[in-house]
Amino acid sequence: MKTFYEQAWQIRKLILESLAEAGSGHTGSSLGLADVFAVLYHQVLHHNPLNPDWEERDRLVLSIGHVAPVLYATLAHAGYFPVEELKTLRKLGSRLQGHPGRDFGLPGIELSAGSLGQGLSVALGMAMADKMDNKHRRTYCILGDGELQEGSVWEAIMAASHHQTDNLCAVVDRNGLQIDGPTEQVMKLESLEDRWKSFGWNVISVDGHDHAALMNAFESAQKMKGKPTVLLAKTIMGKGVKSIENDYHWHGKAPSKEQLEGFLNELNKSRYYD
Amino acid sequence: MTKWINKGSKPTRTGFGEGVRAAGSKNDKIVGLGADITQSVGMHFFAEAYPERFFSLGIAEQNAVGVAAGLALSGKIPVFSTYGVFAAHRAADQIRISLCYNNLHVIIGGAHAGISVGPDGATHQALEDIASLRALPNMTILSPCDATQAFIAVQKAVEALNNPVYIRFGREAVTDFTVEDQHFEIGKAQSMRNGRDLCIIATGHLVWEAIQAAETLADKGIEAAVINMHTIKPLDEDAIITAAQKYEKIVTAEEHQITGGLGSAVAEVLAENSPARLLRIGMPNRFGESGTAEELLAKYQLDAKGIAHQIGSWINS
Repeated sequence: MKTFYEQAWQIRKLILESLAEAGSGHTGSSLGLADVFAVLYHQVLHHNPLNPDWEERDRLVLSIGHVAPVLYATLAHAGYFPVEELKTLRKLGSRLQGHPGRDFGLPGIELSAGSLGQGLSVALGMAMADKMDNKHRRTYCILGDGELQEGSVWEAIMAASHHQTDNLCAVVDRNGLQIDGPTEQVMKLESLEDRWKSFGWNVISVDGHDHAALMNAFESAQKMKGKPTVLLAKTIMGKGVKSIENDYHWHGKAPSKEQLEGFLNELNKSRYYD
Repeated sequence: MTKWINKGSKPTRTGFGEGVRAAGSKNDKIVGLGADITQSVGMHFFAEAYPERFFSLGIAEQNAVGVAAGLALSGKIPVFSTYGVFAAHRAADQIRISLCYNNLHVIIGGAHAGISVGPDGATHQALEDIASLRALPNMTILSPCDATQAFIAVQKAVEALNNPVYIRFGREAVTDFTVEDQHFEIGKAQSMRNGRDLCIIATGHLVWEAIQAAETLADKGIEAAVINMHTIKPLDEDAIITAAQKYEKIVTAEEHQITGGLGSAVAEVLAENSPARLLRIGMPNRFGESGTAEELLAKYQLDAKGIAHQIGSWINS
């Protein structure tokens, strides 16, 4: 099976460079999701960077808008817009808003989002529309684990199984950390598997850094009939930069320009994955 | 001058619901969303006529607004109706971000507006919904005065707009008086009565009460013009400025808190453009309570008699 570790490495590099240039932003989960995004945009999604509004494309809703850097880096790397534009992240007049905003015209952005707890409902509406229209495309939604503390997410989880939207696939970034600390200390989430299952979803727990496992999981989600699927993707916050891995202080912090070189050196060491 | 004639009484929610069904018969992109109170908010007309385009989402308004956004992003025109209190407050963040920031064409029905909801009491009487939604960019707010106008307003919202729309309407049967072939333009106030001494700018159910109040005042030698401000946002500023210059005395009347609603919106326009004496009639910064619609409108001086009384005291003060 073809893997996309090199692409994920490139995405991480672009994330670090754009965040250092911006001077603020969310480093930890952006790095942690790079493998999921590399697999999605290089293997799973039917999309066309040269025709972002292609009517038959699969759609990806980023509910956790704060990990915009991983989405932007992935889109630029895939050819949606010039890589140099990543340097405008979070700056006045940029198409790369702190949290994605459709209004600003960046190709490949399906939804303006960032207030937690809203994206899965929107993704559900998209999936319901495709069912009505007998379209065979799929909708993906990226959620954070801490985000699952928002009650509105569970309204969407309940409604998606009720309407049997098997064309909907959620991915939970299960890094176990949020701003105040470990999720299980801030507000217990486990057992996530049991909770999603009891709401009627097809649940797949997967290593969020193992490309083969991710691809298998997405493929199995596509085959599931009558139920939406959630991938509980176990990830490491800050993955690729050893000195900040699993450190929740790096949820919402960007590397300084001085720190960048060291971070890129660390990233280099993880280039081929040990 | 907009023609009107007393055609008997009919709930504005029925006008809204029949309007959604009529819009649905002309446009198969329209989909309906229900949050358990389907009949109560007038959506059963559409749900029964087009069951394949109606989705039940349970008592979960936040999700319903998000689902509406997703449907709109897929080319549908969703209509989601619930009580105004739940739409404007429970789902406020979803309306702000998923609908307004994304600027999506979704129609939100805000049922049970005002104190005239009656016996259910304060929890279910939407009296702050306009205040909550009026500040949102991209939002249009409609407040039709009767069932006929509600029927027209929802169809216009579907045909003429491409942004989020909140349509506010009430529970009780009220006088249905505007004509079916009226000129109704979103953002353009309707002149209902000419005057001389002052102008009442009313919205929703209180337009009829204001017309009746003007008749009472006329018996006492006070000639009040009446304007139906059926669109709260975007506000017809020209109509307000013209009225201020002509009458110098302006009264607003609404089934809403005097803070943040039509009264505030008019005050803003007057202060910036053409100062005039202003009396805001509405709920005076307090919650509602149980009682019949009639009793409550009387208690808070929002019926014709109360409006005439408030204006009479004000004009002589």
